[in-house]
Amino acid sequence: MKFETLSELRSHIEQLSEKKKPGKEIWVCGGPGCVASGSVAVAEEFRKLIEKRASGSSGSFWKDLTVLIRHEDGHPKIRTGLTGCMGPCENGPIVHVEPEGWYYRKVTPEDTAGILDSLLEGRPYKAKSMYGSDGKPSEDPRAESIPFLSGQKKMVLGNMSSMSPLDLGDYLEHGGYSALLKALETMTPEEVCAEIRESGLRGRGGGGFPTGVKWESCRKSPSDKRYVLVNGDEGDPGAFMDRALMEGDPFSVLEGLTIGAYAIGASEGIIYVRHEYPLAVRRLSNAIAILVESGLLGENILGTGFSFHVEICKGGGAFVCGESTALMTSIEGKPGVPRVKYIRSTEKGLWESPTVLNNVETWANVPLIINMGASAFKETGSPNNSGTKVFALVGKVKNTGLVEVPMGTTLREIIYGIGGGVAKDRPFKAVQTGGPSGGCLPGFMLDTPVDFDSLDKAGSMMGSGGMIVMDDRTCMVDIARYFIDFLMEESCGKCVPCREGLKKMQMLLHDLTGGRGQEGDTERLKELAEGIADTALCALGQSSANPVLSTIRYFYEEYIEHERDHFCRAGVCKGMFHVKINEEKCRVCGQCAKNCPTRTIKLAESGKYRIEQAGCIKCGACIDICPFSSVGTVNEVSEDD
Amino acid sequence: MGEIDRIAEIMHSYKQDPRYLLALLLDIQESENHISTEAMRAVARYLGVSESRVYAVATFYRTLSLKKKGRKIIRVCMGTACHLRGSAAVLHELEKGLGIKVGEATEDGKYTLETVNCVGACALAPVVTCGDDSFGRMDPAKAAELITRGAFE
Repeated sequence: MKFETLSELRSHIEQLSEKKKPGKEIWVCGGPGCVASGSVAVAEEFRKLIEKRASGSSGSFWKDLTVLIRHEDGHPKIRTGLTGCMGPCENGPIVHVEPEGWYYRKVTPEDTAGILDSLLEGRPYKAKSMYGSDGKPSEDPRAESIPFLSGQKKMVLGNMSSMSPLDLGDYLEHGGYSALLKALETMTPEEVCAEIRESGLRGRGGGGFPTGVKWESCRKSPSDKRYVLVNGDEGDPGAFMDRALMEGDPFSVLEGLTIGAYAIGASEGIIYVRHEYPLAVRRLSNAIAILVESGLLGENILGTGFSFHVEICKGGGAFVCGESTALMTSIEGKPGVPRVKYIRSTEKGLWESPTVLNNVETWANVPLIINMGASAFKETGSPNNSGTKVFALVGKVKNTGLVEVPMGTTLREIIYGIGGGVAKDRPFKAVQTGGPSGGCLPGFMLDTPVDFDSLDKAGSMMGSGGMIVMDDRTCMVDIARYFIDFLMEESCGKCVPCREGLKKMQMLLHDLTGGRGQEGDTERLKELAEGIADTALCALGQSSANPVLSTIRYFYEEYIEHERDHFCRAGVCKGMFHVKINEEKCRVCGQCAKNCPTRTIKLAESGKYRIEQAGCIKCGACIDICPFSSVGTVNEVSEDD
Repeated sequence: MGEIDRIAEIMHSYKQDPRYLLALLLDIQESENHISTEAMRAVARYLGVSESRVYAVATFYRTLSLKKKGRKIIRVCMGTACHLRGSAAVLHELEKGLGIKVGEATEDGKYTLETVNCVGACALAPVVTCGDDSFGRMDPAKAAELITRGAFE
């Protein structure tokens, strides 16, 4: 349907809120993780099953991915479909049942009949319960008793587990577009800017710049043409928050963008999306087409005289284009290199016009703030860091996935509370935040609150929200090498410190991890990194020192071991360690011998296992498999080993 | 329809505005698996920009390639989470299995093997993608099996 006026939309929304939601909903996670684990087959099985059991159905499943079954004989209505990412990716495919709020893990097509039966009988389906606080399958499948979910506060991701990302009707039912309505009906553009400033919202892409201040400065720049842009060029390895939002709740991003356009006086918006996210492009295109059809985008929106058009621009696989000025250059159809920012983009940005560029998650926060008001929004989070932040919790952690927590939550609460601790209960070594330009924080900093200011102070940064957990099998020098390799590859080559400095750092790091380290390398590396941080042109170069400086700061000993002893204690750098079994700890379970690819682990006279060093290829399989942590690395082995 | 016609069709789906240069080249890359000199010339004429600017864009972005790529692109994710969980070994196995080095195309023009910085499926690390399909929790043995069972076909 097309909304012609404000009152038409208002009465539609009012009608929706008066109607009580009928029946049950079975939502299957359609996030990338769950899809790869087979969630589409699960959703299809639910559809078949419901259709088989029901009399008459309406709606084609694959057209809108929801199916509404009407039961004439008094059974409740059941609705099923695929959603965006629900978060607990490690345990996918995830199924979420409303209104009970039950969650199930690792659901297969064979489970669907059981889930459906249990739902109709009003009892949980215990076979696929998520884990409770004791790490065992929970008796109670509600989110509240599952630590991974109960430890979170879902605001931006709030609706993603219970609606279809393809259906505007679903979005409206979940309170969508009430914020735009409120802004257009009751607020002037200046008031919208002031509300966002008052909320303390800071850029979620990593910069942390106050969003409202940015908007006001753009609004004040004289021009007859202004632009609002979405930065969806999520290039940080180990991060998928924006992907999840664009795929799972594209309408919220577009509603936020529309409110922003109204506030700053823009008539054109562009969403810059990574080429590597084809589904995000499709979901956003679908949403834009529906909004144009409904009169929520286009000329004279809801009869207010406010016109706003949105286009999608695909990136070309260049990491530097996530940098604001490079992104704008790329939209203009040029190689995406950054420029010096002595003039702010809010004065002269895209095509020399005043431009506001915000990250996907920032835009998705806007409708929330308008709906609840700045002061209510500020109640969540820590001082100067209001609201929540979405993180991609990945790496060596038990429960990987997408999590949303109030700003100021500690690293420990996220990694141990929500994430369940380090995978295989290995010792925690570091957590990396902020993407390739972020830093690695050690165990004694686990009580650092996660917000812009605290992470900066600790030598890392918030970044866009990647949070990568590392265990004792991760070599910190190798990690620094990995990030510098990445940044070296992605440096656009415009300024000398970044182009040449990174190359030199890369050489030093390759020497250190290749067993060619020389005395003083670590110091040289530090000096170079500090030089680049001071002199590079854009944020990519300036922050490229972070992975090196933070690992030197917190893991200095490991650098010195690489430099002086040519020893890698984590057992990662090739040829820089030996593997040895600690006979006192060995319980003779034989796991190591069974998994050794070269069969060089044998029972020794002592009755314990021993590695015949001559045949060992140092693959580390025995270190990883040993349940008693009795296999480790040593720098030297004696002749009897 | 020959290459020239296909490129003309792609070009005419865009307005003659230099801002669409990257978008146009991405579409041509997808259709032709590379950006030929003829394509660059045609695009420059159509958008009214210099050939050097088209060349600059075509060589700046990783997705665009002047060399012909395979019809299907197998991408091994090298994101941090995948790196930690052993993506280098997976890449090595695929190189062995396909008989090519990363960045190269197989002789029959079927596959190109590439790395990608992150596909945003970190919870399933290490990840390999091919078209719309993604294969998670890879290890060298599973990667070898992908090739033998024709998962990339």
